[in-house]
Amino acid sequence: MPQTLYDKLWNSHVVHVEPDGTALLYIDRHLVHEVTSAQAYEGLRAAGRKPWRVESVVATADHNTPTTHWEEGLAGVRDPFAKLQIETLDANIRQFGAKVYFPYLDRQQGIVHVIGPEQGATLPGMTVVCGDSHTSTHGAFACLAHGIGTSEVEHVLATQCLVTKKMKNLRINVEGPLERGVTAKDIVLAIIGRIGTAGATGYAIEFAGAAIRSLSMEGRMTVCNMAIEAGARAGMVAVDEVTIEYLRGRKFAPSGALWDQAVAYWRTLVSDPGAKFDREVPINAREIKPHVTWGTSPEMVVTVDDAVPDPDRENDAQRREAMERALSYMGLKPRTPITDIAIDKVFIGSCTNSRIEDLRAAAAVVRGRRVASNVKLALVVPGSGLVKQQAEREGLDRIFRDAGFEWREPGCSMCLGMNPDRLSAGERCASTSNRNFEGRQGPGGRTHLVSPVMAAAAAIAGHFVDIRRWS
Amino acid sequence: MEKFTVLNQPRYKGAQILLARKNFGCGSSREHAPWALIDYGFRSVIAPSYADIFFNNSYKNGLLPAVLTEAEVDRLFHECNAFPGFRLVIDLERQSVASTDGALVMRFEIDPFRKYCLVNGLDEIGLTLRHADKIREFEARRKAQYPWYF
Repeated sequence: MPQTLYDKLWNSHVVHVEPDGTALLYIDRHLVHEVTSAQAYEGLRAAGRKPWRVESVVATADHNTPTTHWEEGLAGVRDPFAKLQIETLDANIRQFGAKVYFPYLDRQQGIVHVIGPEQGATLPGMTVVCGDSHTSTHGAFACLAHGIGTSEVEHVLATQCLVTKKMKNLRINVEGPLERGVTAKDIVLAIIGRIGTAGATGYAIEFAGAAIRSLSMEGRMTVCNMAIEAGARAGMVAVDEVTIEYLRGRKFAPSGALWDQAVAYWRTLVSDPGAKFDREVPINAREIKPHVTWGTSPEMVVTVDDAVPDPDRENDAQRREAMERALSYMGLKPRTPITDIAIDKVFIGSCTNSRIEDLRAAAAVVRGRRVASNVKLALVVPGSGLVKQQAEREGLDRIFRDAGFEWREPGCSMCLGMNPDRLSAGERCASTSNRNFEGRQGPGGRTHLVSPVMAAAAAIAGHFVDIRRWS
Repeated sequence: MEKFTVLNQPRYKGAQILLARKNFGCGSSREHAPWALIDYGFRSVIAPSYADIFFNNSYKNGLLPAVLTEAEVDRLFHECNAFPGFRLVIDLERQSVASTDGALVMRFEIDPFRKYCLVNGLDEIGLTLRHADKIREFEARRKAQYPWYF
């Protein structure tokens, strides 16, 4: 019987199934970071247990690490709780071990979802888990990758298995060419705008179609990263030459005869012709324009040539109320053209958009220009030490600095308000991150999710602009 | 905070049972809620109903969320208030809540599998580790077939 990619990944990892369908799923790669692992390791210690397979663990500190003051060492971490979590992770990895650990201040440290792939520690056909909902990112490599809770982190450490049930199959086909200036971020925001933040709840999404295949691995990671914002725990893309070429020569990717053997297997990681999906959603890539969120949920999104929606034109009372609340929080008036919205801060970074390709695209927009005077802070935060070094070799840091951007050390930074990089109440930010919830980037902060080129252009203009008309 | 005042009273020092009202644990999806109770020393909660996620998280962490009727819970509150030194014993095997003198006995229902786990001290990890041989077998097979993942 023809199988979907998800079916293949699922079937190749089932250790045991209970009569009610609850399964033990074998986990190949366990990504660990400082915020969701402390209690898990504490639980192991309390029960006198050991990790089942230390070699599966790749660890780093990224969520609450500052992106400045690295020259001061650990003393540069001013928040005592953050410092404690960073030191606790150090101690836990010292005690329990890992395949590889990139601690705070290490030159290869970075956002866990950036370093896994760039190190070749994320490989096609793997199951990947991490105590972080944006683990779906790794699905770009035809992995079954999803976020887990702290109890599950402990469970995977102790048993190498996850207790879970099979999801349904959803394929989103993005067909046709993309217009210039339209990016992976716009594809995924368009999808979320179409199906909603609960649109894929209970499903594993396979992103397919010519527009997805035309994306680089960086772009595919951006799309899969936000699968969770559409309600799906996992999103994935089938293996093709782009996948294989990205992995060739990566540090933890196989080499020699093992590489050939692996590649032969990886090429089978595609949905078979005629495989049955529970649901399919077609998206016409030609119609996708640059997107900007206007509200406090990723589904509250419009295209850049549109305007802030009017709640009075919404018939559903519950939706109207949610829109009114969002507009009030965002300090926006209905029917305001998106390009009239002025911004206070710009954030280019996060596990969604902090890879080398994102930085190149943003740098191309700002080259030779200056950040607008009304923009108080424009931040570029590379996703990892390796991304930062690559960008510096290419001179991207100079382009950003010359334009008035701050060039920071790697980390999650202003995506989530867990470290010193955050918005103050009422500040409006063009952000390349993934969540625009109330308070996400700092209490009272107002987030507009956009692509890196849209964020870069907004920084220069001081308000949103249609990147398609940018010269 | 009334309930903390109660916890501060010397007579409740070392209490292992928390008597509560309906929809107990509402508003918390995080496991910190049962963790906090367990850290305090509670091993069981008695209430007429619980918030769904709290209910599940309690079992995951070895805390018994016993369900009695509203009338029964009312009665227990009354006994507690009326008699300083009033103590309860929960017999999970027999699914009973009883006063130490045996004068008062109430029964509660519990899912047989969850009871089995609690009685045998099996947390979810313990349960999974019953299949340790199967996991090892699977792992060995996978390592032989796809060595580059190891």
